[in-house]
Amino acid sequence: MALASDSPSLAPEVTAFLTRRARWSPLEIAFWLVALASIWLFPTKHLILTEICIWAMFALSLDLILGYAGIISLGHAAFYGFGAFAAGLAAKYGYIQEPVIALIVAGLLAAALGFATSFLVLRGSDLTRLMVTFGVALVLSEIANKFSDITGGADGLQGVEIKPVLGRFQFGLDGRTGYVYALIVLFLMVVLARRVVRSPFGLSLQAIKGNALRASAVGIAVNWRLVAIYTMAAGYAGLAGAVLAQTQAFASLEMFSIERSADVLLILIIGGTGYLYGGLIGALIYRFAQDYLSDLSARYWQYWIGFVLIMMVLFGRVYGGILAALLIGATIWFKLETGTSLVLTAATLLVLGVVREPIAKWIGLRQQQAMAAIRRMRVRMKPGAHAGADHAGA
Amino acid sequence: MLTILFDGVAYGMLLFVLACGLSVTLGLMNFVNLAHGAFAMAGGYITVVVVNRWGVPFLLGLPIAFLAGAVLGAVLERTLYVNLYAKSHLDQVLFTIGLVFMAVAGVDYIMGSSQQFVNIPSWLEGQINLGGVGIGRYRLMIIVLCGLLTIALQLILAKTRFGSRLRAAVDDQRVARGLGINVGAVFGLTFAFGSGLAALGGALGAQILGLDPIFPLKYLIYFLIVVTVGGTSSITGPFVASILLGIGDVAGKYYVPTLSAFVIYSIMIVMLLWRPQGLFSRATSR
Amino acid sequence: MPVLETRGLDKHFGGIIAANQVSLSIEKGARHALIGPNGAGKTTVVNLLTGVLRPTAGQILLDGKDITALPPHERVRLGIARTFQINQLFADLTPIETLGLAISERLGLGRDWWRIVGSKSAVTDEIVELIERFRLGDVMRERTGILPYGKQRLLEIALAIACKPRVLLLDEPAAGVPEDERHEILSSVEALPKDVTVLLIEHDMDIIFSFADRISVLVNGSLFVEGEPDEVARDPRVRAVYLGEAFDG
Repeated sequence: MALASDSPSLAPEVTAFLTRRARWSPLEIAFWLVALASIWLFPTKHLILTEICIWAMFALSLDLILGYAGIISLGHAAFYGFGAFAAGLAAKYGYIQEPVIALIVAGLLAAALGFATSFLVLRGSDLTRLMVTFGVALVLSEIANKFSDITGGADGLQGVEIKPVLGRFQFGLDGRTGYVYALIVLFLMVVLARRVVRSPFGLSLQAIKGNALRASAVGIAVNWRLVAIYTMAAGYAGLAGAVLAQTQAFASLEMFSIERSADVLLILIIGGTGYLYGGLIGALIYRFAQDYLSDLSARYWQYWIGFVLIMMVLFGRVYGGILAALLIGATIWFKLETGTSLVLTAATLLVLGVVREPIAKWIGLRQQQAMAAIRRMRVRMKPGAHAGADHAGA
Repeated sequence: MLTILFDGVAYGMLLFVLACGLSVTLGLMNFVNLAHGAFAMAGGYITVVVVNRWGVPFLLGLPIAFLAGAVLGAVLERTLYVNLYAKSHLDQVLFTIGLVFMAVAGVDYIMGSSQQFVNIPSWLEGQINLGGVGIGRYRLMIIVLCGLLTIALQLILAKTRFGSRLRAAVDDQRVARGLGINVGAVFGLTFAFGSGLAALGGALGAQILGLDPIFPLKYLIYFLIVVTVGGTSSITGPFVASILLGIGDVAGKYYVPTLSAFVIYSIMIVMLLWRPQGLFSRATSR
Repeated sequence: MPVLETRGLDKHFGGIIAANQVSLSIEKGARHALIGPNGAGKTTVVNLLTGVLRPTAGQILLDGKDITALPPHERVRLGIARTFQINQLFADLTPIETLGLAISERLGLGRDWWRIVGSKSAVTDEIVELIERFRLGDVMRERTGILPYGKQRLLEIALAIACKPRVLLLDEPAAGVPEDERHEILSSVEALPKDVTVLLIEHDMDIIFSFADRISVLVNGSLFVEGEPDEVARDPRVRAVYLGEAFDG
């Protein structure tokens, strides 16, 4: 069937469409410039910024499997803790003196662990995968507990001494070296991840996440691709743990816990999955919110996390987050006592749960009407164009 | 050895009562309710308050716990859970994790973080001698009570109209709806009942399992094991799975104390990989 | 030698026999149609051929080579592609990306994790060729999930063609497509290269008779009748079982 039109080739458009997404957007460049400047702009905040970097790395690693491959894991902290202990033990027993080398080795070891356990997540339903990932983290935690004379058990790894980075930059109490170190590692991780997700391999992952059946029907060896990304994600989580161990000279069993896995899941959800920067943004929001709110009710921080999570699920990431922030803000504004605020927010949650569906329907209806109105306006403004486009395609 | 078997069976039956609500929820609505343990915890703490502080007799405290759990389940199901049935598994996981976090922190606030015990009546303390073997009275009570409950549940499922509606809805929701079965109502009632059972289990289990605010997270893996190994298409599956898990755990802690948890989790992983649909369920694909 | 052959293919689901001793023999370049009443097992046969289902018994041969044990993605590599009765597309990907994916995989670039998608002109040229052929130019940058059904159906077929298959299994390509958009689907099927072997499942008799050079009739999982279109149309048994319904209805 010969082409009816004599329109120019679409080739340049197609190429432009594909390659445009690979370029660094102005927003991205601005982000990294600000991050770089923060070294000098916020000299007193280096410790908290380092923490944010580490959470960001950890959340980025989860994004690779959750946002790009669709694997729900409740045990991603297994690799995080593993990397932390690998780096911590390497430093404590003097196996590897130089932090950068220890970092790379910890990452590779975590990736190897990821590779070994990746076959466990290929089979079964979402629930099975959830449990298997959970189980792996528990097993690792038990192993670390059993060898408590090496790992420090419940007290954590003590007496870790980190030598200067590259032989020159000592990790100091002010956290500046630690921050620069963490920031550079984070940046490199993001650069590599960007390449991977924009590659044909990355595209195949998105396809697998969207429709694994169809993916295999176009010739994609689904399981091997999942193994590959799971391995990479495990390595990344290990790097995050290693940086934590090195900047804080400490590692503990708590790093394997389900609370840790749930926290990183929450951070990624706050920031948004599937575009790589969700982990970074989520880490920023989470950590600063935590810092701000911890003065108010530190012990019940978990309550508010749960609250935000539920709101986000009920109302979507953006609206839910805003609504939750408003409600929490209200309890602060009115200087409510802890007990009162807990009860009131719980009650509000129940009420919101009841009204959610009718409100969502109403909003959906309004949106549809607005879209229809816009479409009608467009047709009115360009009389021939709409019908013409149909014919060109027919 | 017999004591271990006995203790294991008691532990297993307790796990069954705790987890069977979760099994039915999963089978009925394909809903992953990771917050199930929170209802158990609620039952435990309510019993603590009612029995310890208000002086209600223990045996009366049990049905009170059940009712409280059922009411709590019904309220949460109609207000919050109902929004989640159509959502993805990820959303369900996030929601229930959020719920657990709120429950854990909330209970921490109200009751404090230390472990609590129920004042059990004196006739349930200690042991009785059966044929030369020392049997814990409390555990014996648990076996008897949970055994009766299990039989009652099986009878309800098999002999009552509600039971057959429930089984139909678990088997194929769409067809059940097409037959005029009000699946929403079935689910609401079942969820409430399952939460009530969990609360009862929590009340019974406070002495054996330890009751503190992190209970839901601590025992989550056990509930999940019961449900995935036992499958969701019957009661007998989770029952057998619970007994096996109970005996395995107690025996493990006795014979290989430092490795027991490790062994349990490893067996779970192997089991899940070998038969992802559970040891006892029919091979329906979900 | 037939390019695609099945020998005694059985598929049992517990007590249900979905496919019963199905033996097909399809020559290269054939335009073979598989018809039968609803629930006869036509899609099951396609699922068996593509490896989505494992047969209970029997063999599948491609160019004489036994592929019965091969997983789906390897059969695609050997040259079998299919479309699905209900669109199975990637809702969040655009047509450009969807086609680019299949083409990259076919060219062996699928495992490349360093190069950017779109950097190879061989891939983009083929994407353009398919987009123009299937007239998807005006929607090529939209997310597949929001495209109208007819366009999605075209993409479904284009995706299978992007795999440059030797054997193409089309599962009711015109199903669900509005009357006025059908001819696009059909003309794209007619325009397939002559050396590509096509197995077509369809209900629409007009399409079958204009397209197929050979028809197999499947009833309750068993092959009932096979032959040229006129023979099959005239066969009273077929009329009774299948065509009879169409004439009554």
